[in-house]
Amino acid sequence: MIKVKNNFSSPLWSDSSLACNAFKEITKLVSQIYSETGEKIKFMEVCGTHTMAIAESGMRKFFPPELKMLSGPGCPVCVTSQGDIDRIIAIAAIKDVIITTFGDMMRVKGSSGGDLHSMREMGADIRVLYSPLDALRVAAENKDKKVVFIGVGFETTAPIIAQTVFHAHSGKINNFFITPLFKLVPPALKAVLSDDKHKISGFILPGHVSVVIGVKAYDFVVKKHKVPCVVAGFEPMDIIGGINMLLLQILRGAPKVETEYFRAVKMDGNKSAQAIMKKVFKIASAEWRAIGSIEKSGLVLNDAFERFDAFKYFKIRHYASKEPKGCICGKIIMGQALPADCRFFGKKCVPSDAIGPCMVSSEGACAAWFKYGG
Amino acid sequence: MCLAVPGKIISFKKNIAQVDFNGTRRDISIDLVPEAKKNDYVLVHAGFAISVLSDKEAMETLNIFKEIYSIKEDKK
Repeated sequence: MIKVKNNFSSPLWSDSSLACNAFKEITKLVSQIYSETGEKIKFMEVCGTHTMAIAESGMRKFFPPELKMLSGPGCPVCVTSQGDIDRIIAIAAIKDVIITTFGDMMRVKGSSGGDLHSMREMGADIRVLYSPLDALRVAAENKDKKVVFIGVGFETTAPIIAQTVFHAHSGKINNFFITPLFKLVPPALKAVLSDDKHKISGFILPGHVSVVIGVKAYDFVVKKHKVPCVVAGFEPMDIIGGINMLLLQILRGAPKVETEYFRAVKMDGNKSAQAIMKKVFKIASAEWRAIGSIEKSGLVLNDAFERFDAFKYFKIRHYASKEPKGCICGKIIMGQALPADCRFFGKKCVPSDAIGPCMVSSEGACAAWFKYGG
Repeated sequence: MCLAVPGKIISFKKNIAQVDFNGTRRDISIDLVPEAKKNDYVLVHAGFAISVLSDKEAMETLNIFKEIYSIKEDKK
């Protein structure tokens, strides 16, 4: 097999000498800012995929002590409320249901302690799939069963599930359903910014959410809150370069929304993805773990596609959210605490036996810290 | 979960493209990138292409990095 040469897989994206010089520059800028303001710099990487990329590269140990990277509310599994996890588990217990899901949801515990993984061991038909399109195939092959795809995710995932629902609609597949639990990034940023006690100095914004929604959606962060923003890619140099750009914005006193990931992100985003989301979903309030309900922060099926809503079809009531006792996932996803601040971290709470979702999801801040160190 | 990887479009069959990921090939929906052409690089998330990537702009970004963080050490 001949490997095709292209710039997307260039080794320069993780080149150590480039990174080394970038860290020197970052250290210089941080100390310049610190000597002027006396304040430590707290940047938030909003997206869970960034959290994982930062941890995996080991770059954290090259940052000066006056610069902290905090994880944000961008890990879909982590921000799904406990009540919604309980509703998913309630559906999995219904006879003749096949649950189809991305792997991350398998070990998130319901408030009674069970998870999809343990339910599968007890005989429930639960399948981990690569794509929601595979769930349509499962539905076509199992006409006597109800096939439910667990729909959690942000604007990256919402359009692909919208497109899948649309295919089910056009193909008259009547035994396919989803759990519409989608969340939107801009309202989550608003929630983070409304906390005056924990000020964020700048955001590394999610590259793949921005592929879909574009960059204008973040204008309010700069206009209203004067906080620097950089939309970044997921290679080590993308993130390091993005941090450098944020520091320069602070020094120049001119916050703006910049894009480092312009090889993938267009100013207006992906119009086809936006159109299918608009066709299938409507904006609604959503329940966030530890934050509670945020107005206009989620997507649910609109009236024309309501029949695909598993919660409505199976008449699953709302469950009150009860967080696992002592777990500080909520504070961690809001940038108010680090995994190491939790008394359970690495002791009672480990990936194989996790208490909270930040340790369960492979993109959770606690899982990243546990696997690669803080 | 927002993980997406680049691959190259080899062929099309209606709205499904065969995409090459460094030697591994997979059928990928191009419903969300109707403008995609053969030989384009696309960013793929959970079975769907979500963006057509620009090789020129990837090179531009790398050139910016090379310029700012000029690799003097490399010449050793």
